[in-house]
Amino acid sequence: MSTRLASGGRLVNRDHAVQFSFNGQQMRGFEGDTLASALLASDQMLVGRSFKYHRPRGIVASGAEEPNGLVNLGASDMLEPNARVTTTELFDGLKAGSQNHWPSLEFDVGAVNAKLSRFLPAGFYYKMFIHPRPLWKHVYEPIIRQSAGLGKAPKDCDAERYEHFYAHVDLLIIGGGIAGLTAAKAAIGSGLRVLIVEQTAAWGGRAVVDGAQIDGMDADAWVTQTVAELDAAENIELRTRLMGAGVYDHGYVLGYERIGDHRPGEGLPKHRLWRIRVGHILTATGAIERPLSFAGNDVPGVMLAAAVRDYAVNFGVSAGDRTVVVTNNDDAYRTALVIKEAGLDVPAIIDARDGGAGALGAQAEAAGIRVLKGKGIAQVKGGKRVTGVATCAMAGEGTPQEEIACDVVAMSGGWSPVVHLWSHCGGKLLWDEAHSFFKPDPDRAPTGAKGAAFVSVTGSANGAMALDDVLADAAAQGAAAVKAAGGKAAKVAVKAETEEAAPMAPVWMMPQGAKYELRAKMWLDYQNDVKVSDVQLAAQEGFESVEHTKRYTTLGMATDQGKLSNINGLAILSDALNQPIPQTGTTTFRPPYTPISMGAIAGEARDEIFQPLRKTPMHGWHDANGAYWEPVGHWRRTYCYQQAGESVEDAVAREVNNTREKLGLLDASTLGKLIVKGPDAGKFVDMMYTNMMSTLKVGKCRYGLMCSENGFLMDDGVVARLSDDTFLCHTTSGGADHIHAHMEEWLQTEWWDWKVWVVNATEQFAQIAVVGPKARKVLQKLGGMDVSRDALPFMGWVDGEIAGIPARAFRISFSGELSYEIAVPASYGLAFWEMLMEAGAEFGVMPYGTEALHIMRAEKGFIMIGDETDGTVIPQDLGLNWAISKKKEDFIGKRGQERTHMTDPDRWKLVGLRTVDGSVLPDGAYAVGKGKNANEQRNMIGRVTSTYHSPTLGRGIAMGLVHNGPDRMGERVEFPKIDGTSIWAEICDPVFFDRDGEKQDV
Amino acid sequence: MLTLNCPCCGIAVDATELSPGGQAHLKRFGPGSSEDEFEGYLFMRENPRGVHFERWRHSNGCGKWFHVARCTATLEVFGTYSAQTTEPPEELRKVISEKRPGWSWGEFA
Repeated sequence: MSTRLASGGRLVNRDHAVQFSFNGQQMRGFEGDTLASALLASDQMLVGRSFKYHRPRGIVASGAEEPNGLVNLGASDMLEPNARVTTTELFDGLKAGSQNHWPSLEFDVGAVNAKLSRFLPAGFYYKMFIHPRPLWKHVYEPIIRQSAGLGKAPKDCDAERYEHFYAHVDLLIIGGGIAGLTAAKAAIGSGLRVLIVEQTAAWGGRAVVDGAQIDGMDADAWVTQTVAELDAAENIELRTRLMGAGVYDHGYVLGYERIGDHRPGEGLPKHRLWRIRVGHILTATGAIERPLSFAGNDVPGVMLAAAVRDYAVNFGVSAGDRTVVVTNNDDAYRTALVIKEAGLDVPAIIDARDGGAGALGAQAEAAGIRVLKGKGIAQVKGGKRVTGVATCAMAGEGTPQEEIACDVVAMSGGWSPVVHLWSHCGGKLLWDEAHSFFKPDPDRAPTGAKGAAFVSVTGSANGAMALDDVLADAAAQGAAAVKAAGGKAAKVAVKAETEEAAPMAPVWMMPQGAKYELRAKMWLDYQNDVKVSDVQLAAQEGFESVEHTKRYTTLGMATDQGKLSNINGLAILSDALNQPIPQTGTTTFRPPYTPISMGAIAGEARDEIFQPLRKTPMHGWHDANGAYWEPVGHWRRTYCYQQAGESVEDAVAREVNNTREKLGLLDASTLGKLIVKGPDAGKFVDMMYTNMMSTLKVGKCRYGLMCSENGFLMDDGVVARLSDDTFLCHTTSGGADHIHAHMEEWLQTEWWDWKVWVVNATEQFAQIAVVGPKARKVLQKLGGMDVSRDALPFMGWVDGEIAGIPARAFRISFSGELSYEIAVPASYGLAFWEMLMEAGAEFGVMPYGTEALHIMRAEKGFIMIGDETDGTVIPQDLGLNWAISKKKEDFIGKRGQERTHMTDPDRWKLVGLRTVDGSVLPDGAYAVGKGKNANEQRNMIGRVTSTYHSPTLGRGIAMGLVHNGPDRMGERVEFPKIDGTSIWAEICDPVFFDRDGEKQDV
Repeated sequence: MLTLNCPCCGIAVDATELSPGGQAHLKRFGPGSSEDEFEGYLFMRENPRGVHFERWRHSNGCGKWFHVARCTATLEVFGTYSAQTTEPPEELRKVISEKRPGWSWGEFA
């Protein structure tokens, strides 16, 4: 069993006990524990079930590479799924629950999959469930989904707080082990702004666990002294619990800091996302130990050798009473020595190498540990916990030789440098034969804006494995990094001695010639349940590229991203393909290094401050008067004003009827207002619009169309000529910013010699549409401006005052009614609106919203950008040829509209659609014609672009684009609905109401 | 995430402040141009691995367009310059020639 040792544990405070629960069971740990060490101390080795076979799984590692120990933390609005037990710091009251099991962790019905594992090889889902096709969606997938997945997504809104933090530094050192700290010493007094970050809560990394001696002192003491020295330097900032998550172009780095994770209830943000711009990055991210592939290497109790050592040294926790060490290198001998020294039993070290270890081997034998050389593990015994191992000769196919009882197997397959951050931005790798790992190739570094390398690597991340090599490399790389960042490096000399070691031996499978039965129980990827036999099958089936094998077998695709499995997997693949490992290559390393919370990515951008909200000057009035809001770009506009007891539909109908019969007010302030001014303004608007705008007389308005260079309609609006050299261009509500940008682009990049200025004055004015038969009456009552037909005719505008407020009135109509759009300075907007409401009371005034606006324009057959247009529609499709100048030599889009496809007589064109039964056509419905296409679908001949119930006409009306539509007036076409029935509609003129425009021109 | 120097503001600007505008130095073809000319102007683009000329706009800043010469393979930025020109400045072309001897791009070299 695993338990807390009587003494030891450099990171835990035994004077401060902490209570927590796992699957409802109360447990006890110490301050400084990780959840993993506290679970082990409480003899909870079993922490989850595997993804595919639901096999029992235990803690394997002690750091970010842990594949099995994923739990749900907290509950309801504080629930965090997939929390890694090895990186979760323990706190009082922590509640954890295991994942991926049913009904319980101890007994799981899904484990039957393991018995069927012979029938569930790589690619099984692809092969088995492809036919018949419909069953996938309705039968297979729902069942598979039910039993798959890691963790459960929280259902409640996250109650935690997150934040972003921006930093600019000259040099960023990622990793606070002895390599990072030594390198940082070179930056003392360099004048550079330096940040050094460590992902765990403690400085020092592995060296302190391994009992290194540096500069003649214990590594622990050396680290404490060095951190104090760095902390004292004014130009250096040190941060723990801050992980370098990703490296991006031109020296951009994302850091992930855990602030409140281990201090709940203190009001701290849970996580902080650091957005760091750096001059140079030095990564000192260390190395990760690799598992060995032997049968049963996933039974709880099989752990990484260094992790077993970590738990003993850092937390005073023994993973078990009898530990068998299995290794292909010297480093794992340290685990045997540590365990032995703690007074526990080490029945054997099984060393795959015939020659065994160097100096550490002699120490182990001196300590009385039996060392088996040239041996491997044939099979691990046990189900939910290791009970023993059967040994075998490394060279054979796995005939068992001896059974050794044990409850822990500490394995080491060598180490892999953590090259992720080096690789994120394109740093390339070299294969190191001596250590059998990939390490950074300094000649092919990621390059920055100046063309020079902006990432360098040091320590074991750089392939330096021996203590003295690490320190020498760190001193050299530290100095080089300071120089690269533009500083003057301090001299650094750190001394240490390394014992003589025997070379490691690459062991990718144990034993070398393992038969199928054994290979099918050798796990490569614990999290995604990928075995040696799966990778071999993939190679056999032709998935020879490492990227294909990855996707076919899912090797390395789980949340641990293959930190333990990738090198072993591609070694197996290389062997199956009979090619050297570097030829197989690695899959791509992508950020983040470990999963980071969605909350941290969102930061403060949630709820009301998710994005800025634009409000018109009358926004508050609308809100207080029953506004039912709809988002329009960043604006909120009133869809309709609901009165007590009224449905949305009823409110809309009332607003339409009231405006047509009496008086309506619309807040049109969101309409874009671009002022185009200068000696060349006329020439410029002629290029921007399809119409001839330069002939417009001062005091007049003209409706204009704006196209993109390829001819498609992009915006429309009324243009008013304010003076000889000034035009006011109205755009759609959503279009103001991008039309402004469109104009700027042409002025800055094509016609930069034209004398024109464009200003976006949208928010300077409040604009109110006063609409309906009584519109003139209410304005006359307010007084101050002659709004008679003669003084202000249709499509004219005047400047003046209404009721003492400076106002510009446009006689334009988007409803077909007598209509004035009146612009006043934004600060007068609310006052003017309230005056109109008060003065209009006797005329039956009511405000109306955007839906009434839409219905009234559709009744009049006016198009709406975004409804009738979708980026593939040209004005000619909409019957707007009258608004396209034939006299102008050029305008944006003219040449595009001359292309053969645009002049094709077979285009879909705008028509009105009158349903035969008076009902409303579904939005976006397609019209079908005769015959079927190659996919056995009915041929489509058109589609609905706008569809409404018209309160004015008391029936459904629609507009649509129909093949040769205008030539098919009176024809009935069929629109199938989702429920299988169809609606028939008659093609008609799109102007449903007041065809001759008599109402608006009074 | 790229950092480019805005020639109008004279400062290094983060990509979050910028909008990309595609290939630089296109020659506009309007009415009267042939189908091939118009197609070339509207659709055909350089897609080099190496020296490239692009348009960017400091949209969340001064609002000005500018040109960038950079290497698409190494992300090295050779320089930024005004949008009010039809060709890369001679001096910049020299800088590029020093770093990428024998480069060519469209009609420029």
